Amino acid sequence: MTIVPAIKRDYITKLAEQGKRIDGRGFDQYRPIEIETKVVNKAEGSARVKIGNTQVLCGIKMDIGEPFPDTPTTGVMSTAAEFVPLASPDFESGPPREDAIELARVVDRGVRESQVIQLEKLCITPGEKVWLVFIDIHILDYDGNLFDAASLAALAALLTTKVPISRFIKNLDEKDRASWQQQLQDIYTIPGIDEAPFGSDDTNNTQVTINDFPLPMIEPPISCTAVKINDFVLFDSCFDEEIIADARLTVATDHKGDIRAMQKGLSGSFSREEIQKVIKGALDNGQEIRKILNHSIGK
Amino acid sequence: MKSDRELINSEGRRLDGRSPHDLRKIKIEAGVLHRADGSCSLEWGGNKVLVAVYGPREAVPRHVQNPLKAIVQARYNMAAFSVEDRKRPGPDRRSVEISKVISEALEKVVLIEQFPRASIDVNIEVLDAEAGTRCAGLTAAGVALVDAGIPLRDIPVACAAGKIGGRVVLDLGKEEDNFGDADLPIAISPRTGEVLLLQMDGHLTIDEFNEAFDLAMKGCYEVSEIQKKAILQKYQSAAAEVQE
Repeated sequence: MTIVPAIKRDYITKLAEQGKRIDGRGFDQYRPIEIETKVVNKAEGSARVKIGNTQVLCGIKMDIGEPFPDTPTTGVMSTAAEFVPLASPDFESGPPREDAIELARVVDRGVRESQVIQLEKLCITPGEKVWLVFIDIHILDYDGNLFDAASLAALAALLTTKVPISRFIKNLDEKDRASWQQQLQDIYTIPGIDEAPFGSDDTNNTQVTINDFPLPMIEPPISCTAVKINDFVLFDSCFDEEIIADARLTVATDHKGDIRAMQKGLSGSFSREEIQKVIKGALDNGQEIRKILNHSIGK
Repeated sequence: MKSDRELINSEGRRLDGRSPHDLRKIKIEAGVLHRADGSCSLEWGGNKVLVAVYGPREAVPRHVQNPLKAIVQARYNMAAFSVEDRKRPGPDRRSVEISKVISEALEKVVLIEQFPRASIDVNIEVLDAEAGTRCAGLTAAGVALVDAGIPLRDIPVACAAGKIGGRVVLDLGKEEDNFGDADLPIAISPRTGEVLLLQMDGHLTIDEFNEAFDLAMKGCYEVSEIQKKAILQKYQSAAAEVQE
């Protein structure tokens, strides 16, 4: 990873001076994006996202556990990313390295801080039992821009997640069930959730039909990432661009056009104008990506 | 553990409607990843596995190198979301053992003596698990090795047979694996019939073992045909272009 990038840097910057990129795209242009949902049967929700040659798979698992003592009435989410050696000759097995941890934390923040999952609606019995949401991100093929691919995969997977109440109902005692029924009053009022999580009791009142129901979510922000090489700002970097990039900036924007999260990475710097440029590009691309995401989940 | 459900009925129908000698549905595609030297995606019933091969490349750390031949390092890993209850990421004792027996099985068919000091890395990711992931992983690894252009004596292939409700059957499904009487996964080199991997758990008489073994062999040959088709599908068009 030393000689080749130096040669490529020369080539990539020469092209950029002529307004070109190695794969013929415009500076603001993304590679083709494909989202496929419900790809893993065993998971509560899942999605495989392709951005060009980059491929990321995200699976959601849920469980029932204890809430944190300081937030007794909210569900718990956690995010982990695995850079499995399948995805690149440079990835090694073993505990997650710092880049995997940064990726998981940035995706986690994007979901957590914008309150995409309504965690307060995932309480069963306050202080005792809440839903746990595990977001696991698997990198399958690494050709740059993992930040956008991973956050998009996490969102698509969450948006297709069904809370597996039918599998867990046997773990809930009378008190939990009563408390959960109470909580559900709130969930019924969420637009889009119209199937009753607890169906009607049958006549002899022994069997209750229970339906899994969608995870309570709000409209998510979309992350877009650009890198800076010399003075050029390129969106959706491929691997060759990414390894020579000086700086990286991720901007997440919501459907109203507001900014919801940002993360700057690498040792280079951005000027005020460059940041404005990235925000504008993130807004424009974000709208397009939102359409692809909504389409993939059947909206 | 016994199931209260009948795994196989008197007419020989199994829970998923298969007869005793039927395989689950298998779909194989070669060359699905961009960065890997060779890759394969395989669906086998409810199993989904993805395999990437890297190499031959320098074996690291240095002390694992063999000055006379290459080593094959398979790494079997299950995704956290591939099973009913979330699995903690990272290797556990089960996946370390499976990685070892698959590595050893593959070393037999790779022409390792051509690449001293090198490593051939085979990464097996189980994305969706439903009984028989080691056979699925090894079968996909065979196709990925071919896709990577690694010189091979043969394309290794694996399949299991087992015993449920007192009958020997091919390719156990989820309930059959959990509540059945025995499971016998084998991997072979189909050209010579040599056995590369063999494990068994449960209880079989000598006669039942022989029957199960023959059945698993037959399964391997069937899967082998699907492997070859997948490889041909990927390379036939390329071969036609070269001929022109």
